[in-house]
Amino acid sequence: MSTMEGYNFAYLDEQTKRMIRRALLKAVAIPGHQIPFGSREMPLPYGWGTGGIQVTAAVLGPQDVLKVIDQGADDTTNAVSIRRFFARTAGVATTTDTEAASVIQTRHRIPEKPLREDQIIVYQVPQPEPLSRLEPSRAETRRMHALAEYGLMHVKLYEDITRFGHVAISYDYPVMVNGRHLMAPSPIPAFDNPKMHHMAALQLFGAGREKRLYAIPPYTSVVSLDFDDHPFRTTRAPHACGLCGATDSYLDEVVTDDQGGRLYVCSDTDHCETRREAGHTGSESPLQEAAQ
Amino acid sequence: MTTATDLPGFADPVLDAQAAFRAVLAALSSPGSIHTVGTGLTPPAPLATATAAVLLALVDGETSLAIATALQPATAWLAFHCGPATAPMTDAGFVLADALPDLTAVDTGSDEVPERAATVILQVATLGSGDRFTLAGPGLQHPTQFAVDGLPADFAARWAANRALYPRGIDLILCAGSRLAALPRSVTVREG
Amino acid sequence: MAYVAVKGGERAIDNAHAWLAADRRGDPAVPDLGLAQIREQLGRAIDRVMAEGSLYDRDLAALAIKQSQGDLIEAAFLLRAYRTTLPRFAHSEPVDTAAMAVRRRVSAVFKDLPGGQVLGPTYDYTHRLLDFTLAAGTAPPAPATAPATGAPMQRVNDFLRHEGLIEPDAPADATPGDITRQPLTFPAPRDVRLQALARGDEGFLLGLGYSTQRGYGGNHPFAGEIRVGEVTVEIEPAELGFAIDIGEITLTECQMVNQFKGSKTQPPQFTRGYGLAFGHAERKTMSMALVDRAMRAEELGEDVTAPAQNVEFVLYHSDNIEGTGFVEHLKLPHYVDFQSELETIRRMRAEADAGKEAAE
Repeated sequence: MSTMEGYNFAYLDEQTKRMIRRALLKAVAIPGHQIPFGSREMPLPYGWGTGGIQVTAAVLGPQDVLKVIDQGADDTTNAVSIRRFFARTAGVATTTDTEAASVIQTRHRIPEKPLREDQIIVYQVPQPEPLSRLEPSRAETRRMHALAEYGLMHVKLYEDITRFGHVAISYDYPVMVNGRHLMAPSPIPAFDNPKMHHMAALQLFGAGREKRLYAIPPYTSVVSLDFDDHPFRTTRAPHACGLCGATDSYLDEVVTDDQGGRLYVCSDTDHCETRREAGHTGSESPLQEAAQ
Repeated sequence: MTTATDLPGFADPVLDAQAAFRAVLAALSSPGSIHTVGTGLTPPAPLATATAAVLLALVDGETSLAIATALQPATAWLAFHCGPATAPMTDAGFVLADALPDLTAVDTGSDEVPERAATVILQVATLGSGDRFTLAGPGLQHPTQFAVDGLPADFAARWAANRALYPRGIDLILCAGSRLAALPRSVTVREG
Repeated sequence: MAYVAVKGGERAIDNAHAWLAADRRGDPAVPDLGLAQIREQLGRAIDRVMAEGSLYDRDLAALAIKQSQGDLIEAAFLLRAYRTTLPRFAHSEPVDTAAMAVRRRVSAVFKDLPGGQVLGPTYDYTHRLLDFTLAAGTAPPAPATAPATGAPMQRVNDFLRHEGLIEPDAPADATPGDITRQPLTFPAPRDVRLQALARGDEGFLLGLGYSTQRGYGGNHPFAGEIRVGEVTVEIEPAELGFAIDIGEITLTECQMVNQFKGSKTQPPQFTRGYGLAFGHAERKTMSMALVDRAMRAEELGEDVTAPAQNVEFVLYHSDNIEGTGFVEHLKLPHYVDFQSELETIRRMRAEADAGKEAAE
């Protein structure tokens, strides 16, 4: 196993890893509750995944196979950068295959393929406090969590409904975890929220700049906030993937010309490739084009 | 003469600690599941290898540890390898015990800082056989059977009192030989 | 058309780094900048990078400045990231600024005082005229010198304290907090606040300090004393049982003296705002002292109304490494979230249009 000279396995020193590990164990024991931790300065900027990186570094072992995605894609520049960081500092195997990964670090998406019990997903979190837009003081929000005083959030959602007819939050849509803690799911599209509910994999969340981490154990209730007469619903672009034809995946919208031309493709690049390898095609597939 | 501090810690302090942590993480994530850790460790009596592995992986100079009388022969070894601050049981972040301490005798955290509550590392006779319990809660898809020998007769009632404190309450790591299991405060326990 | 998903992030990164290296070097016909030149001739940049990078090492600061093309926040970031990986062998004993080898010391509250006013190397009375002789690289004449007295120079606050006119020092025996190891929690004690300010962005502190002067949490400051010089750093290894010198660092210390009318528990007296930073950093330490005093509003029974008095606001936003990371992360792809916003807005517009048609 080759690792970067002069640095410990997975970059962090052992004392720092122990500190993060202790916090992670408490996080698992109190699903959805934010644990302050002594977040370190990483060689990547705050806001670029330092929380996720520290959690991954504390969890990762030589047997792990790591996948890193950003916006659902393995080849976005920041995903490439983070994957390289761990390949350099921990010498671990990396993959783009969701099924082959034991640890998946993600920014803004949950893979389309359901995760398994033997997998861990680590979310990069810019703002761990779901109440931050309603109450900027962390001393105050901590008190609100202690008292499970979440009326403010219900009021905000209800105001959306009276004004727009439905909740106008499309990503980082707040969830109630284990019926007790209001939690920010990180800026995943609301489309992904249902995947968190009773997920078989362990979900870990790291916010480096805000120095908080939290967790959802497997098979834990994760409910997107809603009202009986206005149930939570998800949206996706109402199209099929232009490459693999999927009609149930989350789609990216790609601008193809300056005449309003658009192409819709799966945001989960591994999902799309797997489908294409299995013979699925979309309207923009080379074969399709050749046939025309 | 061989003293307790001559007995080694982890053969590979980095990778063995990671493996032990992952076992505890998996145990807490799936309450009642049993994991093997610390194989190859030679801790001083009366520490079980699993107990020793958990302590080596999690405890250091930044944590406080209270050690029950029966396990105090291991104090020098723990001081040498982990260097925790010793604390009375009521204040300690980690409590090492051979009998379940009373809830009033340990820190159960506060509503604002529930994570401050103690992690109790309890050395028991066996895991996987003995008194039977049914567990339910986060981490468990369906109610799950769990058997352990070494918990008090009134454990289910005492755990219910702990569960009632949620999100406060202790988290329990059970160690027997080289096996461990865990009961996070979020789990509910029923006899049988 | 056939659409090919964007690939080659890895190659793009490698190419970008190579381009950056060439851009950093500039015209190869111009001699490469040596670290010694940066260290010796860009001293104030070195000082700022060490203060905000929380690492006292002039050579590493010079390297960071060179590596960052003189982007001082980027340079401080490089030092911070390096600093995190260093093992901690010992904690220093508190430094004694009364024993400082003073190069500069001015007090605005007394005309003269023991030790005197020492103007030292200051820009204060330079006329800000571009000096074209510097462009030609002439050697400056040697400054006048006087033999060092070696006598400690008492701090101005000590003179006021003799009369009981200024609040006493807080007890000094407690172990100070460390925000590089433990996360901030509130209420944050003053030691933690001062640590955050000492690492804080000079520009941010300047703006906040300035705002207190303009009425946003005013606290009637006088510059009791600003001193710049060298102090000895000592550690006391447990196995020795006595302190040993490990070196010398340059510090700037500012003691602001602030008016205070007294409260239910305290008699009228002067209160203090404190600033301390690595290197020669007068603007930084003066701003820090103003903000430190402003954040004591609640403790001193004053109304908390202004940004500089809001401890959470100040401490959560003073760190430029955190700030620059989060502001600049907006450059990262957000197209998944943007897509969800697009769909939401399209839906809302469709619903609004449908509502309009139904009404017509």
